[in-house]
Amino acid sequence: MAPTLEVRGLRTHFFTKAGVLKAVDDVSFSIEKGKVLGLVGESGSGKSVTGFSVLGLVDPPGRVVDGEIIFQGRNLTGLSEEEWRKIRGRDIAMVFQDPMMTLNPVLRIDTQMIETVLAHEKVSEQAARARAREALTQVGIPSPDERLKAYPHQFSGGMRQRVAIAIALLHRPALIIADEPTTALDVTIQGQILYEVQKLCRDTGTSLIWITHDLSVVAGLADEICVMYAGRIVERGPVDAVLDEPLHPYTRGLIGSVPSRNVRGHKLMQIPGMTPSLLNLPPGCAFRTRCPRADDDCLVEPAITEPKPGREVRCYHPHLLDTVA
Amino acid sequence: MSPPPAEATTVAAPIAEPVRAAEETPFRRFVADFAESKVALGAFICFVLIALAAIFAPWIAPQNPYDLAQLDIMDGRMEPGTVGGAGFTYILGTDDQGRDMFSGILYGLRISLMVGAGSAFIAFCFGTGLGLLAAYFGRRTDAVIMRLVDLQLSFPSILVALMILAFLGKGILNVVIAIVVVEWAYYARTVRGTALVERRREYIEAAECLALSHQRIVFRHLLPNCLPPLIVVGTMQVARAIALEATLSFLGLGVPVTEPSLGLLIANGYEYMLSGRYWISFYPGIALLVTIVVINLVGDQLRDVLNPRLRK
Amino acid sequence: MIVYLIRRLMQSTLVVLAMTVILFVGVYAIGDPVEILISPDADQMERERAIAALGLDRPLWLQYLTFLQNALRGDLGRSFVFNEPALTLIMQKMPATLELAFAATFFAILIGLPLGLWAGLRPEARSSRVIMATSILGFSLPSFWVGLMLIMVFAVQLGWLPSTGRGPTAELFGVQWSFLTIDGLRHLILPAINLSLFKVSLVIRLTRAGVRETVLMDYVKFARAKGLSESRVIFVHVLKNIMIPVITVTALEFGSTIAFSVVTESIFAWPGMGKLIIDSIYVLDRPVIVAYLMIIVLMFIMLNFTVDVLYSVLDPRVRLQDQKA
Repeated sequence: MAPTLEVRGLRTHFFTKAGVLKAVDDVSFSIEKGKVLGLVGESGSGKSVTGFSVLGLVDPPGRVVDGEIIFQGRNLTGLSEEEWRKIRGRDIAMVFQDPMMTLNPVLRIDTQMIETVLAHEKVSEQAARARAREALTQVGIPSPDERLKAYPHQFSGGMRQRVAIAIALLHRPALIIADEPTTALDVTIQGQILYEVQKLCRDTGTSLIWITHDLSVVAGLADEICVMYAGRIVERGPVDAVLDEPLHPYTRGLIGSVPSRNVRGHKLMQIPGMTPSLLNLPPGCAFRTRCPRADDDCLVEPAITEPKPGREVRCYHPHLLDTVA
Repeated sequence: MSPPPAEATTVAAPIAEPVRAAEETPFRRFVADFAESKVALGAFICFVLIALAAIFAPWIAPQNPYDLAQLDIMDGRMEPGTVGGAGFTYILGTDDQGRDMFSGILYGLRISLMVGAGSAFIAFCFGTGLGLLAAYFGRRTDAVIMRLVDLQLSFPSILVALMILAFLGKGILNVVIAIVVVEWAYYARTVRGTALVERRREYIEAAECLALSHQRIVFRHLLPNCLPPLIVVGTMQVARAIALEATLSFLGLGVPVTEPSLGLLIANGYEYMLSGRYWISFYPGIALLVTIVVINLVGDQLRDVLNPRLRK
Repeated sequence: MIVYLIRRLMQSTLVVLAMTVILFVGVYAIGDPVEILISPDADQMERERAIAALGLDRPLWLQYLTFLQNALRGDLGRSFVFNEPALTLIMQKMPATLELAFAATFFAILIGLPLGLWAGLRPEARSSRVIMATSILGFSLPSFWVGLMLIMVFAVQLGWLPSTGRGPTAELFGVQWSFLTIDGLRHLILPAINLSLFKVSLVIRLTRAGVRETVLMDYVKFARAKGLSESRVIFVHVLKNIMIPVITVTALEFGSTIAFSVVTESIFAWPGMGKLIIDSIYVLDRPVIVAYLMIIVLMFIMLNFTVDVLYSVLDPRVRLQDQKA
């Protein structure tokens, strides 16, 4: 069966006064129906821009300069603005990072939900309101009739994110892109929302791209993960395999720096140095300057290889089991 | 000396550098920064020309428009370019009393600039003094002065001016008083804001440790450091003062009819404009407009140059 | 909310009191009260009788109290020129001024909002730069000169619109209005444009700043991600947010519009309070001047008060804070 979404060689660049910023540089991945893909990376690694590119929502001076975004067998690059609009919210929905900022503060919840329904379907306002109420119930918001009439500031952060998710679910999209939707929330609420989103996706067959910097979140959620660094995917594979046996030195560093995976008393591993500025990346492998395994080979940009079946890595010196000391 | 052009610095950088450093004074850098904007430089030159024309009006103008003996009523309402009875060409026409508009404008500019600059200066002294007092002494003094500033700023300038003219009557002196009352609050607010920041600096503390007198600290130490924003506000306020004077004179509450400023010249021509004799109002209006816009442009550039946050 | 209202009401009352003191001092201390309150045509007998009747021989503070008492009763003296109560005179002229000021405010929003929206959405465009440069002119040009130019071009040269007076009026709620007749409306256009110039510039700048800030907000991006049409995003999500400051400032500016109508009414011979006050200053009809100033000040203070209250009604966030407090 064809994947729900297949991204091939995506490049999204920002043409700033200071130079061209390659926020996404040759990114490829795909996601099957009903599956969850974790897109992991530090801030500024290009994961959010990747998400926005798939929705055709890259703000100027940014632009998708190359690549294909094939959604349900149809290439989305080069669509007209109106064709994009028809896809957004109906076929592909998005949930943003900060629930405090994603709902318009001066519009009531019902306005914001009903307009979403009416943007894609010619139904009566009552029908749209019924759909909104149903969606709120679905994400576990009590007394939805009353809540519909409220303004966003009358909700807690967790509640607002549920509303945002409810809005994303209104049209039962084939794909939801969630951009760090739980980062701004309390840990307990984070857990609830993770559980519910997973359940909803399983029930409806919706595919999910979960963008996060937190490996522990994707560990229990995703089927497959892509690790991004400086605008490129450096490692991709099934979630358990990647977490148990990371091939790329960067992934290894990331996993090492998660406290829960370390034994008490041991020093936490950390990746030396800082994320390089995307404006003047060093030639070759972008991680080279921080990598313990870097050598002269790394001065040339490495290609994606598949050292093991189902595992992809962009490195000359991957941590294959036999080489790990 | 003007700084070397950009190409010269890059080509001959190693040699030019030390020479330039030795010659660079804050004032030179200020001039260079200011001249970076061609529009502002042009506006400044324009302003200088206008000011010179106003100052030397008696030597430039073909006629003394205030001397009724020189006016010939027979030459009234002549079109621009007509040769009059006195033998010279009225290049901008004449008004109803046979006054040469070109001369009238030059003399009117004189009054407008004098009233504008004069009242802005008095307001500057007054407002800066009170603002410094408020900032330096704080507490009660500050509260009283700033309350007054707030009250003053919450009413539009024209209303305050009308109120004063209503009580004091018309006349040029009263117009100056009205403008001062309208404008002092802007200076006070500006200088207080800056002075509150400056007064926490070490040099004021040092001066206080030296037991210098309040007067010396405020005027010799605090004031000079508050000047840049005041200069910007001052420039803009000169333009506002000129506009306000013109408005009040246009309404007939300002200068006497015998010695018209630009505003009154425009008012005089108003009734003739309806019959198509546009020049009596139009040319003084253009003079007023250019003066105000030019001062505002200079003020805009001054703000950019003097703003320490924007300085490279 | 009630505590807040009471506090604001008390502040306003204090300012009114302060203004009566200033006016009293203006009339009695700076000017000669005999000259101000007694007609210059009166003979010596009448003068003395009037001085006794007005209590001008009593101590100053007592005189102030009487002044205040009379003012509260709506007695602000009789006009020398019209021999009518000053207050009545002003109330008769008020509708014309209010009509002009409302028309100017309407123009300011009608012209300023779209231009500001355009300049805010396309800040780099040449047209936007032209709009912004023009708005600077609107701030610095003396409005009487612009008024003259309007007359010269539209009334004298083109002959499209009349330049003086109100034209025929029609009655509504017992008051005469120009905008109810076609010809009256034509008379209204030029003065209203003239008076609105400063406000147009203000609305342009406010709108532009608001738009530039709002379009960067997550909720605007989220609205796009929901698949809303661009017009709905701009005209509902963006516009509704910037309307709050724009309306607040425009309302606050209404008082100064009335004050500046003095100039416009003089140019266009518009028979309002502004024209009346200038004529009164010419002939030193001081009771009318005092009455005008009192009314304007009261109007200002009431306006400030109303705007504060309105603001809390318009912005749901403010409303909630007050409920909590």
